Amino acid sequence: MTTRTGRRSVQGGIGESTIRPDGVPKLRGEFMYAQDMHVEGMLWGATTRSPHPHARIVSIDVGPALAIGGVHAVLTHDDIPGPGLFGLEHPDQPVLAGDVVRYWGEPVAIVAAEDEDTARRAAEAVVVEYEELEPLVDAEEADARDEVFRRMKIRRGDQEARGSVVVEGYYEVGMQDQAPLGTEAGLAVPDGNGGVDLYATSQFVHVDQQQVVEALGLRPEQVRAHPVGIGGAFGAREDVNLHIHLCLLALYTGRPVKMVYHRGESFTGHVHRHPARMWYRHEADENGRLVRVEAKILVDGGAYASTTAAVLANACYFAVGPYKCDSVAVDGVGARTNNPPCGAMRGFGAVQVCFAYESQMDRLASALGMDPLELRRRNALATGDRLATTGQVIDTPLPVVEVIDSLAAMPLLVDEPGSGGDLPGGSGLTTEPRHVRRGVGYALSIKNLGFSEGFDDYAQARVRLSPEGAIVETAAIEVGQGLVNVLAQIARTTLGVSRAEVRHVDTSRIDSAGSTSASRQTQLSGGATHEAARRLRQRILEHYRADDLDDEGVWRGDTLVAAWDDLVRDGWEETVTFRHPPTEPPDENGQGKMHADFAVAGHRAVVDVDPELGLVRVLRVDTAQDVGKALNPESIRGQIEGGILQGVGLAVMEELVLDRGRIRNATFTDYLLPTILDAPDVEAILIEQEGSWGPFGAKGVGEPPTISSTPAVVAAIRDATGKELNRVPVRPQDIALEEEVAR
Amino acid sequence: MEVIHPRNLEEALAAVADGMTPLAGGTDLMVEVNYGQKRPERVVALRRLADIADFSPTRIGAGVRWRRIEKEGPRALAQAARTVGSPQIRNAGTIGGNVATASPAGDGLPFLAAVDASIELTSGSGSRLLRWDEYFVGVKQTARRSDELVTAIVLADDLPERQEFAKVGVRNAMVISTVCCVVTRREDGATTVALGSVAPTPMRARRAEEMISSERSPSEATLAEFARLVSEEVAPITDHRSTEEYRRHAAGVLARRLLERCLRREAA
Ligand SMILES: Cc1cc2nc3c(=O)[nH]c(=O)nc-3n(C[C@H](O)[C@H](O)[C@H](O)COP(=O)(O)OP(=O)(O)OC[C@H]3O[C@@H](n4cnc5c(N)ncnc54)[C@H](O)[C@@H]3O)c2cc1C
Repeated sequence: MTTRTGRRSVQGGIGESTIRPDGVPKLRGEFMYAQDMHVEGMLWGATTRSPHPHARIVSIDVGPALAIGGVHAVLTHDDIPGPGLFGLEHPDQPVLAGDVVRYWGEPVAIVAAEDEDTARRAAEAVVVEYEELEPLVDAEEADARDEVFRRMKIRRGDQEARGSVVVEGYYEVGMQDQAPLGTEAGLAVPDGNGGVDLYATSQFVHVDQQQVVEALGLRPEQVRAHPVGIGGAFGAREDVNLHIHLCLLALYTGRPVKMVYHRGESFTGHVHRHPARMWYRHEADENGRLVRVEAKILVDGGAYASTTAAVLANACYFAVGPYKCDSVAVDGVGARTNNPPCGAMRGFGAVQVCFAYESQMDRLASALGMDPLELRRRNALATGDRLATTGQVIDTPLPVVEVIDSLAAMPLLVDEPGSGGDLPGGSGLTTEPRHVRRGVGYALSIKNLGFSEGFDDYAQARVRLSPEGAIVETAAIEVGQGLVNVLAQIARTTLGVSRAEVRHVDTSRIDSAGSTSASRQTQLSGGATHEAARRLRQRILEHYRADDLDDEGVWRGDTLVAAWDDLVRDGWEETVTFRHPPTEPPDENGQGKMHADFAVAGHRAVVDVDPELGLVRVLRVDTAQDVGKALNPESIRGQIEGGILQGVGLAVMEELVLDRGRIRNATFTDYLLPTILDAPDVEAILIEQEGSWGPFGAKGVGEPPTISSTPAVVAAIRDATGKELNRVPVRPQDIALEEEVAR
Repeated sequence: MEVIHPRNLEEALAAVADGMTPLAGGTDLMVEVNYGQKRPERVVALRRLADIADFSPTRIGAGVRWRRIEKEGPRALAQAARTVGSPQIRNAGTIGGNVATASPAGDGLPFLAAVDASIELTSGSGSRLLRWDEYFVGVKQTARRSDELVTAIVLADDLPERQEFAKVGVRNAMVISTVCCVVTRREDGATTVALGSVAPTPMRARRAEEMISSERSPSEATLAEFARLVSEEVAPITDHRSTEEYRRHAAGVLARRLLERCLRREAA
């Protein structure tokens, strides 16, 4: 019998910045991304897309494509065995267009061929005769014609309340793209019995599986969706794109079929961030307290529903920001147009309104002659208050004041313009220190965590014991954010063991983990892992009437009563489905408890601007963020730095430029992402306040960095230039030339 | 796809005469292949061809890469070289490729216009020299015949002592020019102003040049008038990258700033 020498503390538990298990393989190029998958005998798929934003399909001739040697299948709408529709909220989008194409790049036919090049040539050889129709490309016109996915109305408090200081503004947000570095890719393998295994880029395999089943009229047990290696997502992988196509081709040909989108196709093949137009009116008393906020929010959902209804709702719910106000009226419209479909992107509606309400707060501060942070402090929402829009009482920690105070206390840490060599214009040598004006700007944000409005939001996880340690089984998708790290950390701490790892399993082997979106997996799958590990440990200890479990086994006092190998042999495991506190749909005034939890963040941007040329250098973006409990500080910093960069991108360069429904810049030559030379320095304060229902009090951290970084940068540019700048991205001409009149 | 590696210029010229597509650094050509705009069946690789990689104060071989020009080229061309793409692109891309592509946004081209450089074109039957304004004829169009290679850029032996380049782009690096500009100035005040991305080909702002060349120490008002003339002379378009109005404005601002830099160096 072994005697215990002394209890070792758990290595790699929560609170440590453990190194990601996939980090080194990714750096060495050894990690298998979806693009790298290969099976013997596989065919390659490709897609024929509409060159028109709106047209009637007169005829499709697949003959010329089929005539190419090595082509195995060319399929159109008529070849789909089921209803042939999909959609995250409701199935309105054809797998392949039938009579009509409704956006530029909509899939019309798919082909499978021996190799990639042949497949692409065949896709181009499909002859489609179109009768062009007038595209509806203006969201305001769509609103007027009642072409809408959803209308929202929020009315709260005394609608007659009036303040003595009033500011009005009109704001626009351009169409941002998630631009994940890994394009869409997948492989479908037929099982020989009419079913199929799908391995494809995704954020939510169970909902992919469900949509494949429904669109193709299959039985649920016939389709298994497997998590794969994914290079970024940011919302672009919530909707299916190539998934149903791959399954259709695999089932039709009886061969495995692989597809990888090229960069340009990726830009048309996934949904984008909704462009928005927003009209705002803020009224305050002479002390700066918000008395009334009115907003009209118009988002362009594009041709199909995707998640427009939920994005619009979020935009409306967070239309006032993290501020108290007892008289609110918000009207929202999600327009249906012939523009590219828009859906989920990091921040999900909260981004667009944050640019507007924070711009308004700065205007109000200037109208009052008040410091912008002081105005925000006076209106800061806190636990126990009601959300200004929905009236929901906030019952989890909400450190808005703490965020403001942290930002205010952070040293500015910037040198004279140009002393570090980083002037606006960069290597282009446009700008000398004498041309530069510096600006500082602040912004705060609030967003919900997890799914809302009564959605049954849950995650399942399984913890079992293996010779290598504890195994967490899940279908929760890792897109690069660090889920594989944090779930293992939670399992280690909770079980009391040092060895734990995450293994992904397919949809037939575990229930849904929900989507890797809405900043939810650390809280939801983390919650499930925590609860499964807790119960497993408890059951084991009870079974052995023991008092501790560690890497060696189960202990009663100093005595090892069962070794780890014995536990493994006995097959201990625990599966838990974790739900967050229930939410409800809104009433007819948009009131109710629609959200399970909230997170706030604040940003301070420092920019150097060359006003004459309109060039901007974002020097610093410092932040304070409400994280609940920092389970892996380094991972959080990764989210913060990346999220800030995405927010900087929206502030000064990232936009899909549309011309009558067509994307003009679907390449990395012209869709500009910030490079490392555009990246600001970042100092981050993580605010930990326990009390959320997430594991150990953790909150989701993925989206907040992106939300208020954009308005902070714009506020800083305004500070430097005195320009109004009511649109993002801010373009050089917006700064350098006379402004167009605001609407 | 067939690729040949010629051992000398003669073999390369024979290949080109035979209809093969020249490939230097591939940083333009492979982009076009990637976008499906070109599908060359037969390629002649110039990368290892020492015959066209010579470098002297009056002659820069077509095969010289940006990385070398960045370090050793004449001042304004070196400044331009520094802005081409990223280190990886500069390690591969050549000045010959830039000149052969003849994009309106080619960052190496305004320098050639500013110093009245010539392009040496060579075929099996010999070489000819074309002045830059004879060579560039339109958007991605040149006077090069399909059996010719660009073999060198030929420069005068008395380049202006003061020469400055700058480029406006929407990002701090790795960006296509919205406007780029070179200003040169000699001891006697003779000034040239060349611009890129503001017309189908690189161009000179001749009226602005003429006006400023006679000014020894221009006043504020003269500098402003100079910028205005440049803005007036350029012929930019509005596209998804920028607007005509902004390009006009930025062209004037850049030209003035570069002139001021030349004047400051003159005074120093
Ligand atoms: C990411 C990226 C960033 C870039 N950034 C910039 C930038 O900032 N500024 C800029 O100006 N350019 C930029 N470019 C474009 C490109 O790098 C330059 O134009 C470069 O100089 C091309 O040279 P190359 O040797 O790669 O040409 P290649 O691609 O090899 O050739 C270009 C064309 O010229 C022909 N050709 C090549 N050599 C000869 C010759 N000797 N005689 C006749 N024809 C010839 C080829 O057939 C081809 O049509 C960028 C490209 C990329 C991919």
